[in-house]
Amino acid sequence: MNRWIATAVLAAALSAPALAADAAKGRISDDVVKIGVLTDMTGYYSDLAGPGSVEAAKMAVEDFGGTVLGKPIQVVSADHQLKADVASTVARKWIDEDKVDAIVDLVSSSTALAVMPVAAQKKRITLLSGPGTTAITGAQCTPYTVHYTYDNWALAHGTGGAVVKQGGDSWFFITADYVFGKSLESDTAAVVKAAGGKSLGDALYPSPGTTDFSSYLLQAQSSGAKIIGLANAGQDTINCIKQANEFGLTKSQNLAGLLVFISDVHALGLATAKGMYLTTAFYWDRDDASRKWAKRFFERTKRMPTMVQAGVASAVGHYLRAIQAAGTDDADAVMAKMREMPVNDFFAQGGRIGPDGLHRHAMYLAQVKSPEESKAPWDYYRIARIIPAAEAFPSAEEQKCPCAPTTLDAAKCPYLGK
Amino acid sequence: MIRALSGQLLLGLINGSFYALLSLGLAIIFGLLEVVNFAHGAQYMMGAFLAWMGLTYLGVGYWWALLLVPAAVGLSGVAVERVLLRRLQGLDPLYGLLLTFGLALVIEGAFHQAYGNSGSSYPVPEALRGGFDLGFVYLPRYRAWVVLVSASVCFFSWFIIERTRLGAYLRAGTENRRLLQAFGVNVPFMFTVTYGFGAALAAFAGVMAAPVYQVNPLMGSSLIMVVFAVVVIGGMGSILGAILTGLGIGLVEGLTKFLYPPAASVVVFAIMALVLLFRPAGLFGRPR
Repeated sequence: MNRWIATAVLAAALSAPALAADAAKGRISDDVVKIGVLTDMTGYYSDLAGPGSVEAAKMAVEDFGGTVLGKPIQVVSADHQLKADVASTVARKWIDEDKVDAIVDLVSSSTALAVMPVAAQKKRITLLSGPGTTAITGAQCTPYTVHYTYDNWALAHGTGGAVVKQGGDSWFFITADYVFGKSLESDTAAVVKAAGGKSLGDALYPSPGTTDFSSYLLQAQSSGAKIIGLANAGQDTINCIKQANEFGLTKSQNLAGLLVFISDVHALGLATAKGMYLTTAFYWDRDDASRKWAKRFFERTKRMPTMVQAGVASAVGHYLRAIQAAGTDDADAVMAKMREMPVNDFFAQGGRIGPDGLHRHAMYLAQVKSPEESKAPWDYYRIARIIPAAEAFPSAEEQKCPCAPTTLDAAKCPYLGK
Repeated sequence: MIRALSGQLLLGLINGSFYALLSLGLAIIFGLLEVVNFAHGAQYMMGAFLAWMGLTYLGVGYWWALLLVPAAVGLSGVAVERVLLRRLQGLDPLYGLLLTFGLALVIEGAFHQAYGNSGSSYPVPEALRGGFDLGFVYLPRYRAWVVLVSASVCFFSWFIIERTRLGAYLRAGTENRRLLQAFGVNVPFMFTVTYGFGAALAAFAGVMAAPVYQVNPLMGSSLIMVVFAVVVIGGMGSILGAILTGLGIGLVEGLTKFLYPPAASVVVFAIMALVLLFRPAGLFGRPR
């Protein structure tokens, strides 16, 4: 009898871990966690996202150990060429044929807005680092999207608010004539007005395709505004700043770049970019953790990471930790865990993903150093102010995301109940 | 109002100088070789990039670059003509267009691979910094220099082609190359030199543009469309047409940017459509 009990206990003890392992195995779909980096590999945004984003995702997977719940993690990548139709076609193929579990990056708002519904219909998660429009976590939100790094609201409030406080109360905007530029201008103009400043006008220019900005700069000059707001990105911003210097505008007026990446400052050089204010979600030389991670990134790519690339790595890490905690890669369970767990890593401390999918974390108001102040390569920013999360991003109530439990409008959210 | 307008017109004239310089090379190449040189934008970009590389890696300054870079790109043009374009003679002009277009993609791709897309900054040379306050506009010294140099290069090219013996051969080649060959002129050699000269002109414009625009692999492709439109408006192959239309289009663009900025990038093509409707050979071209 005693012997029989002992055998039974032994058998149970031996089989229990095996059973548990079996159960865990069953919870990772297709026995692999596949992460697709869908980005601009060769176009205008390839330096600030592109191959660097792919490398960042790979680093996050390596840091996690290469496996989650005993299953391998894979990173795949593709070029969306900044075209919404290409982006959604790749996303469909990835989900239907290649078993991709999460799509990351999606730089440029139009590609993000095209892929989000495709992924959400099939219950796949999108982790966005790069697009700016507030519609991502507003009117066009989904239950499976995380808007990770920054949005236009944060840029407008970070730079606009700070500049007005320092006396820059009259603005003229040079604006790229498409959705992104116009929304950035109107967001910023509203912030400037709320802070007691005023907008004296704007010059809308065709983009892409404009390389000479002297006409628009001349209009900005004759407006007499104290601040010239650049509601554009990438090449356009670089050329604007360069030519503003050439035409001597910076002697009497100040520039405010509303979306400036460290890759832009690197391309311009400090002599041209010095003194400019900008808002960023990440700066490599902020604390030990950010320095350590950025230096590893630099060794692999020979460039310091932009906030988009750092955001990709942090988002992938957070996603993998959520799978681990949830014990499955099921999108609903993982999203719940991602919302539940705070983000604490080299990118953000105490970051929280809200019911609308917006990642709220501290942002940084930075001022570009002069060549004399800069002590080392890529020593470009002085952090003028840390903007706390609550101030940096809009509240979930303001966003009115129809898929968020707190502002639910089931008629406008086609992804529920599937 | 008048102040602002005259400022915009002056800026238009500066941009027009770039257009004139670029379309001049295109027109010369098309006139003799009947090749629509789609690599022109890439050669312009190469000019700017070589200037930047020379300064960064070898310490070659702006003034030397102005001389050496066009020579280097011109030589590469000679090689392209000898090795590739020559084989397409007598075929449909479409083949030349496809070849040069492919070449442009390869060159741009190579620079993209090596340097990324944000590009690099080229400083304005010491002697040309600062500017003049004209009352209605602040004119950077460098931009004034661009207008001056571009005008002299255009005049120089026009003089060679219209007033010298070599130019007479060139013009004769444009009219009837077989007859010219029958007179004992080495026409294939002239083709090679002409293509090289056209490429060198593009590179020259590139060096001139380096301190003004960001030096990046896509800088040529954003400009080349306008320049093609300029050549079509001026009349394909017409030297004087290319120069005058280049300046004119710069002025019209400046005017549009003042009156209705969103139309600035369309106005050139609207004019091109009108010209093609009413004068298909272009403003200065003769029907063939």
